[in-house]
Amino acid sequence: MAMRIHPLLGAFAILVFFFLLAPLVIIVGSAVSDTTFLTFPPQGLTLRWFANIFQMEAFRRTAITSLQVALLGTGLSLLIGIPAAYALNRYRVELPRWLSTLFVLPILVPEIVFGFALLKSITIGLGLPVFISLVVGHALLILPYSVRVVGASLASFDFSIEEAARSLGCPPLKTFMTVVLPNIRAGVIAAFILAFITSINDVSVSVFLTGPGISTLPIQILAHMEQFFDPTIASVSVLLMLVTVGVMAIVEATLGLTFLTK
Amino acid sequence: MTVSLTIENLSAHYGTTQVLKDLSISVAAGELVSLLGSSGCGKTTTLRLVAGFLQPTGGRIRLGDRDLTTLPAHARDIGLVFQNYALFPHLTVLDNVAFGLKQRGLAKPDRTKRAMAMLERVGLAPLADRLPAALSGGQKQRVALARALVIEPPLLMFDEPLSNLDAKLRIDMRVEIRQLQRANGTTSLYVTHDQEEAFSISDRVAIMNAGRILQLDTPEVLYQKPASAFVARFVGFENLIPMKVVERQAATVTAQAAGGTRLHLSQDLFGPIKDDFILACRADGLAVRREGEGIPAMLGTRTYLGRAYQYKCKTAAGEITANGPLSEPLDAGAQAVLTPLPEQCCILDPED
Repeated sequence: MAMRIHPLLGAFAILVFFFLLAPLVIIVGSAVSDTTFLTFPPQGLTLRWFANIFQMEAFRRTAITSLQVALLGTGLSLLIGIPAAYALNRYRVELPRWLSTLFVLPILVPEIVFGFALLKSITIGLGLPVFISLVVGHALLILPYSVRVVGASLASFDFSIEEAARSLGCPPLKTFMTVVLPNIRAGVIAAFILAFITSINDVSVSVFLTGPGISTLPIQILAHMEQFFDPTIASVSVLLMLVTVGVMAIVEATLGLTFLTK
Repeated sequence: MTVSLTIENLSAHYGTTQVLKDLSISVAAGELVSLLGSSGCGKTTTLRLVAGFLQPTGGRIRLGDRDLTTLPAHARDIGLVFQNYALFPHLTVLDNVAFGLKQRGLAKPDRTKRAMAMLERVGLAPLADRLPAALSGGQKQRVALARALVIEPPLLMFDEPLSNLDAKLRIDMRVEIRQLQRANGTTSLYVTHDQEEAFSISDRVAIMNAGRILQLDTPEVLYQKPASAFVARFVGFENLIPMKVVERQAATVTAQAAGGTRLHLSQDLFGPIKDDFILACRADGLAVRREGEGIPAMLGTRTYLGRAYQYKCKTAAGEITANGPLSEPLDAGAQAVLTPLPEQCCILDPED
């Protein structure tokens, strides 16, 4: 069945895609430019800026920190988020409404304000080391994703299955591990990916929590750009894009992208 | 091992609302008792209390010589069949059935053997490797039944197990459930809102309303001799006519209904009659005649039932539903007399 599309609507769609993709094309172009400054269209063709990233100790170090913070932060957020989502759904009737709103606060509060509040409370207030502050800060920042996404798959979970397991002799915690978790697996993986990507890309919270000697990759990119305006930045960005595309490809291959948008 | 289930003075509250009031019931070893009532009557609450999913605010639950009242659900050893099947979606049919055996620490070859034998009994052995999503409703409920039976529980409980199935399958399944329950001699508690289902499957039925059991009897007694107006209406007595005795002569009493209609009733046929009583009649329990002794009526709409014609009749005592013979169809507006047939009517105390 052929669908007639209004020419204006078609033109509008092309414009939207153009504005979405054009910056990415410019970045990829700039990354391979054989000049010492960012320029587009590229002049010459080289991969030396990619090589440059791996030669710069700061990029390598902050990339590792970013990965560590993202992994630990996401793990921590799921450790809190999964039981929270479970309780919010299981006892939906008994629990007060505002409780579920509480868990989305970190995305409702402007990130800058949230970052500053974290600096005042955990870095200065509690005097936690920089790395720990980063992990805790990121965990709190991405907690809403864990609670919401895991919660979405729990919303369609039939809790009578849990009762069936109990009646068959399975104690509560074991029931959760063997009956509940396997059935919300997709939600947990989706939450992990969303939280992980959010953490890896975060600037506004990290900018408050990074300290002497410890920084994350996005912060390092900003710092680098203040000093040098060379294509290294563009090539780092291209690498980050490739990582994101890679993660998405894995999601698509294993679970199908549709469940991220469900 | 067959044991009896004893529930003594069980009370339950949701918040400050009391949903179960001093409920006592005992199910004999090997017996199947149904809790029958409309939604909100407390039947499901009772089942969930026995299962251990809810905590009572008073009373005791005993299974044989074990006191279940404070035991956690997983330590009660009760086989449960749910309305929505509640199969584990991530496990195959075989693993679903073997789940309870696994919790009991049986080795894999053992539990596979027993689960397969159970699946054989419910006729699902060829589907052992399927996931629940690939089964029909009837097949799912058979898996659920096998899963509950394979642990050989001393008590089986059913929570509206047939409500999600279509009419034909419902009848097949209830026969199947009854056969399996009889063969194993498992003491069973069955919750349903469907009277026909309860009556056809149970040894005894408890009719519940507002957190209480109104009457616990065999289906035959409930059907013929309801003990109260509520139960009478529930088991299908269409007409409840309040009456007053105006004269007593040996075994016969003369009673009067609203509007002055008088009836002569024999206590030999109806049993002892108090001064104030309710005459409960099924539509089949009122003979529709052109003349004779009875309640004078003007016939209204006639409906064809297949075995009889049903008339909505206007009488001085209010609207009455009565069934007349197929041999003699009467038209709307005709005058007739409705005569109570003692074997299809009963006398109720309005206090109950």
